[in-house]
Amino acid sequence: MMTGLSIQDLSMRFELPNGGAVQALEGVSLDLKAGELMSVLGPSGCGKTTLLNIVAGFLAQTSGKLVLNGHEIHGPDAERGMVFQKGALFEWMSVRENVGFGPSMKGMPSAEKRETVDHLLDVVGLQDFKEKAVYELSGGMQQRVALARCLANDPDVILMDEPLGALDALTREKMQSLVLKLWKETGKTIILITHSVEEALLLGERLIVMAPRPGRIHKEYRLPFAELGVGADLREVKKHPDFGVKRDEILAMIWDMEEEIMGRTEDAA
Amino acid sequence: MTGIFILAIYIGIFVGAFFIVTKVIAKATVKDYTSLKTVTFGDESAVRPNRWAGIISILTLFFIWGMFTGSALLPKFLHAPAPYAGTTEFTYTVEANGERDDATVTVIVHPREEETDPLEVEPGDGFAKNDSIAIAQWRSGLVRVDKNDEISKKDGAEVVAINGKPIERGQKVKIDNGTVTLSDKGTPNFAPYKGWQMEPLYLPAPEVVWKRTLKVLSEGFRNFTLWEHLGYSLFRVIAGFLLGALVGIPLGYAMGLSNWFRGWFDPIVEFMRPVPPLALIPLVIIWFGIGEVGKIILLFLAALWIMAIAARSGVSGVNISKVHAAYSLGASKWQIMRYVIIPNSLPEIFTGARVAMGVCWGTVVAAELVAAEQGAGMMIMVASRFQNTDIVILGIILIGVIGFGIDMLMRMAERYLVPWKGKG
Repeated sequence: MMTGLSIQDLSMRFELPNGGAVQALEGVSLDLKAGELMSVLGPSGCGKTTLLNIVAGFLAQTSGKLVLNGHEIHGPDAERGMVFQKGALFEWMSVRENVGFGPSMKGMPSAEKRETVDHLLDVVGLQDFKEKAVYELSGGMQQRVALARCLANDPDVILMDEPLGALDALTREKMQSLVLKLWKETGKTIILITHSVEEALLLGERLIVMAPRPGRIHKEYRLPFAELGVGADLREVKKHPDFGVKRDEILAMIWDMEEEIMGRTEDAA
Repeated sequence: MTGIFILAIYIGIFVGAFFIVTKVIAKATVKDYTSLKTVTFGDESAVRPNRWAGIISILTLFFIWGMFTGSALLPKFLHAPAPYAGTTEFTYTVEANGERDDATVTVIVHPREEETDPLEVEPGDGFAKNDSIAIAQWRSGLVRVDKNDEISKKDGAEVVAINGKPIERGQKVKIDNGTVTLSDKGTPNFAPYKGWQMEPLYLPAPEVVWKRTLKVLSEGFRNFTLWEHLGYSLFRVIAGFLLGALVGIPLGYAMGLSNWFRGWFDPIVEFMRPVPPLALIPLVIIWFGIGEVGKIILLFLAALWIMAIAARSGVSGVNISKVHAAYSLGASKWQIMRYVIIPNSLPEIFTGARVAMGVCWGTVVAAELVAAEQGAGMMIMVASRFQNTDIVILGIILIGVIGFGIDMLMRMAERYLVPWKGKG
């Protein structure tokens, strides 16, 4: 049995009420080994969130196959955890209860659950906020809770939909280090969607750039920066000679795609 | 006229208190963050209710109430001019067969609730004899002056002057303590000076209402104590509301979670929502009579749609990320319901419950006005029929206080039970 996530010739087509249709994804194929960290970049409308929602099981693809650890994916499951940009914490529960949500759903014995939750809250640095209500925490702390909640369930794959998108620049840097640390310590397979090219470079062993209309994989990179960044100062990593080169290349690529979209819209108008 | 005067006093106190409080007293208050804001006009968060204004506002209401009812709580010089009370007299001149004669009418003006007999007076000389009459305050009375005169109207006697001032039929003469109008048939009609105060029949003084409150408290009203009247009303509201919530909340959840339920009940709920519960009273009385069952069904219907809509919007208001997150954390449908949808919808449901309780309270009073054996609404309706204005006012105040109390309790419960409201 092969471990990891295999996305085979995935296509997604939405029918529109006015009779038209949108080809959100076309022929997307990917193989992720267990423990790989992949970041996904692309201009808006390239289908990256759709891709993530299909992997999470919230949407059913129109064709193609998704195989995780040898079985096909249908619908959401605890084996695929998800971290959202914001608004996904349960504000009627304390930090501890939020993190313990997955184990509670599984019916984990309370002593064991307590241990798991305590450990994870230590890992994300929230040991002093266990009994707080989540709405009392700052945005960065809330995302730490979201990460811990996802890890508490011990999923095989973690899907992150712009998890740091709503944070300020400083908090974002700290959280990027935390994501790398958690990835290394837990060895999870992670797919991370982001709008920030730097973040994608820093947090992706693999990086795919998607193109729109139809949504497809445009280019794929294998990068050393995530490994370098584990336990290191990310600002130092950014000084790596290759970093700037890659950043400019990808920025130009996305820039061209955006230009093309704009051009097409202007032609249509 | 009196109304304009009252409005002028009210505005005067409003403006006067404003200047005194803001220019004199406010100078001494502490400077907190909000008070240091320079932009307050347009910044709603900088507008806080002025505590002084609140206190003065309430006192002003009682002050004007007391002023225009001659309340014993206010010193006399603050009262609006009182209606005349006491004994007064006027003379009338009768002309008959070319001769004139004067006679005096003695009038006792007495408070309405004190039965008073006219004074005995000497008839006097001449063909016109002295008369005597008793008139209640705020009323007027025909003085049948020719009743005891030697020459009556039938024989051609005609009143031609009052207090020496000439008068004709249909005309009016102002005299001390009142006016005399000569009726179309030639009989003087005396109206004592009414003053500017409200008649107790229409508006009793505050202390009268208070005394009546104590009396109703100790003696009850119409075979039930005050607490029983209020208790019945409250019981109906709570029973109707609970039944409405019991059915409405699951219905709203079902409508928020299932296409079929949404399609099936949407037309019914959307149609019933704008129907005022008051409009259902006649039908409910026809079907269920005026007993408890009818009232509780009415309140059930009043609460049902509000609670159903609140629960429905509570479900649809859940951030889809929360539901997705719960599913990918391994929650089953039932667990999603129990741990995500229900807690997420509680703030909406509490808001709905507050609205529903308010509507139910209004509806129960209205239903009791129409027909009831007991209850707050019945109390004021029956009292008004017997012109017990003090009980009507007492009832209105109690209804207001209870309605306010219900809302405050619901808000406290909300703060305690759903502290995460508005924090998502």
